[in-house]
Amino acid sequence: MKYTEEHEWLRVEGDLVVVGITEHAAEQLGDVVFVELPELETQVAKGDEVCVIESVKAASDILAPCDGEIVAVNEALPDTPGLVNEDPTGDAWFFKMKLDDMSVLDGFMSEDEYKDFIA
Amino acid sequence: MTEHSLNHTPLHALHLELGAKMVPFAGYAMPVQYPMGVMGEHLHTRAHAGLFDVSHMGQVILRGDGAAAALERLVPVDVQGLAEGRQRYAMFTDEGGGILDDLMVANRGDHLFAVVNAACKEADIAHMRAHLEGVAVETVTDRALIALQGPQAEAALATLVPGVAGMRFMDVATHDWEGAELWVSRSGYTGEDGFEISVPEDRAEAFAHALLAREEVAPIGLGARDSLRLEAGLCLYGNDITPDTTPVEAALAWAIQKVRRRGGAREGGFPGAEVILRQLDEGAPRRRVGLRPEGRAPMRAGTVLFADENATEPLGSVTSGAYGPSIEAPMSMGYLPTAQATPGTRVFGEVRGKRHPARVVDLPFRPAGYRK
Repeated sequence: MKYTEEHEWLRVEGDLVVVGITEHAAEQLGDVVFVELPELETQVAKGDEVCVIESVKAASDILAPCDGEIVAVNEALPDTPGLVNEDPTGDAWFFKMKLDDMSVLDGFMSEDEYKDFIA
Repeated sequence: MTEHSLNHTPLHALHLELGAKMVPFAGYAMPVQYPMGVMGEHLHTRAHAGLFDVSHMGQVILRGDGAAAALERLVPVDVQGLAEGRQRYAMFTDEGGGILDDLMVANRGDHLFAVVNAACKEADIAHMRAHLEGVAVETVTDRALIALQGPQAEAALATLVPGVAGMRFMDVATHDWEGAELWVSRSGYTGEDGFEISVPEDRAEAFAHALLAREEVAPIGLGARDSLRLEAGLCLYGNDITPDTTPVEAALAWAIQKVRRRGGAREGGFPGAEVILRQLDEGAPRRRVGLRPEGRAPMRAGTVLFADENATEPLGSVTSGAYGPSIEAPMSMGYLPTAQATPGTRVFGEVRGKRHPARVVDLPFRPAGYRK
């Protein structure tokens, strides 16, 4: 698993990358009450706002971690946004991307580096 | 504001002990949530009982023979007719009819007792001292204020203070707890039955501990306090009511008794009476309404409201908005022109550049559980 400074995790699944938010991010957000997912088959650039999460506290964005195409979204989230708090690194994945260049993953933090980052 | 310049309430150490996340609020370090989290705290209060530290609010005693008559010069409310042992909701108004603050005022026999908002308390006290001639305006600085709210609040408090069980909604009374004099009102700001208890500061932590020892009582932070009051359709001063809103626009006309209206025995005589009395008779140009977004996205404070998806001129805006954990849906309050303020009207709120439909609904979003 790789981690971004925006508190997203990236998991390689074949030639795709699955994206979600970290447990730390979910805790900071508080209870999530609304999730808006990106449209399928859209080309996104690193840093694009692709999802909206609203918690009991505030709204925040999920940014595209890399350049690529959105090829799958987690249809369960809009109906059960609470999944983000229950299982942020498992069932509550947000979307899957086909990256333009898989080698960019090397530039992200490892689990240990992320732990130091949030410490 | 830095951490160092924040005031602490008498329960500060208790909040830290309970693992609260503290935030600056109206010059105080206050708990926004405890480990249970905002949603859990909200639902716990609705099902059981929640303990809130509201010691940052201003507690003020007004003493003097003419205190009630004098206070009527600042509020459009019947204070002289308030029976001993009773409390009512009021608001300070300005010359334009706008709201300077909202408050609770109680008749405690030989004095009036007012509770005002934390952010406004210094201005309120100065306002009263400037305008209440012959009345001693005493700020109470040696007492904490604790709210205990929820359907099990009475059972929990009555184990410590049996006398509270006989109180009705908006009654006030003095009770003893192990030698500490408690000023108790049966009221609150969550839409639940409950109590607000003024307790000497040196006994506040022990008193809170005694309540929290009960299984049904959990500490609740400002986050849940906000979603609870919004579900109950209650106004947050500074958001839903401000100097730019009159009591009539704010749908608070119920708080203005007949005796202060046109034709009443003590008609007018408060700041902005001309505007407010006219609006009571003829209506106001706009009105505070409840809004239920049709989708799941909350429409938060500042969301601009339109008549349809293409309208260029806004109708009004949202003044409070959040997800309602008990109604399991987003909810907002805002202002709309009176013509659009009828329940059932469909309007559009612009969220992140897209317009989403919402319905005007009656307030509260959830019926209150007061013990009348």
